[in-house]
Amino acid sequence: MTGIGRLLVAVYGVLALAAIGRSFVQIASRFDAAPLAYTLSALAAVVYVVATVALIRSGRGWYRVAWATIVFEFTGVLVVGTLSIAFPALFPDDTVWSWFGRGYLFIPLVLPVLGMWWLATHRPSGADAA
Amino acid sequence: MIEWFTWVQLAVASVAGLLCIVLGLAGRVPSDLTNGALVLVELLLVAQLVVAIAAPAFGNEATGSVLEFYTYLVGALLLPPVAIVWALLERSRWSTVVLGVAALAVAVMVYRMLQIWTVQQA
Repeated sequence: MTGIGRLLVAVYGVLALAAIGRSFVQIASRFDAAPLAYTLSALAAVVYVVATVALIRSGRGWYRVAWATIVFEFTGVLVVGTLSIAFPALFPDDTVWSWFGRGYLFIPLVLPVLGMWWLATHRPSGADAA
Repeated sequence: MIEWFTWVQLAVASVAGLLCIVLGLAGRVPSDLTNGALVLVELLLVAQLVVAIAAPAFGNEATGSVLEFYTYLVGALLLPPVAIVWALLERSRWSTVVLGVAALAVAVMVYRMLQIWTVQQA
């Protein structure tokens, strides 16, 4: 991965760090208050870490992992974003994905789109399909 | 937390971030200037850590979650070294942009730390 793709990795890394930090604080201090939101936060954090690693690594296997994690994130931000607006009671506390990632400058919404664009235009050599 | 110091730190991190992003997009590889800007950001974070540890002894207590405050602080401390190592390993314009992204992320985190210390009710 070269060029502007490096930037993608860097922003993913920062987002992974943000998600880990938030999730750690939520689970360590008040897990009982909103188990669903906090479990999702933790899951999101793990997926961001895996996505970051998958973007750095090369090869077909990691390419598939990158697709899977990024699609998962995009689904997550759309579903949780919509639910958090339609049914706020489900999410009494914020996750990275609430309100489409409003608390994170909407980066969680924009990043998967950039990630998918990157993956689509940079297939590993020799791979016919993702 | 010393409020004016935190605002200075916020300004330095923001300026360093914008500077690195502009220089990187202009095609400059990481230089002493851009790496140095991140070193400065890191040194201010270390100073912030010392202040945060000492402050409660002087009656300057965080109003919000101390755990959350330190999670941000430790996370922020990690960013500049990683970005600098990256910039030293790969000398491309995008490494300069990455330095800027790290500095801006630090700025956001410092702002959150200020909110937690001064206005968040635990």
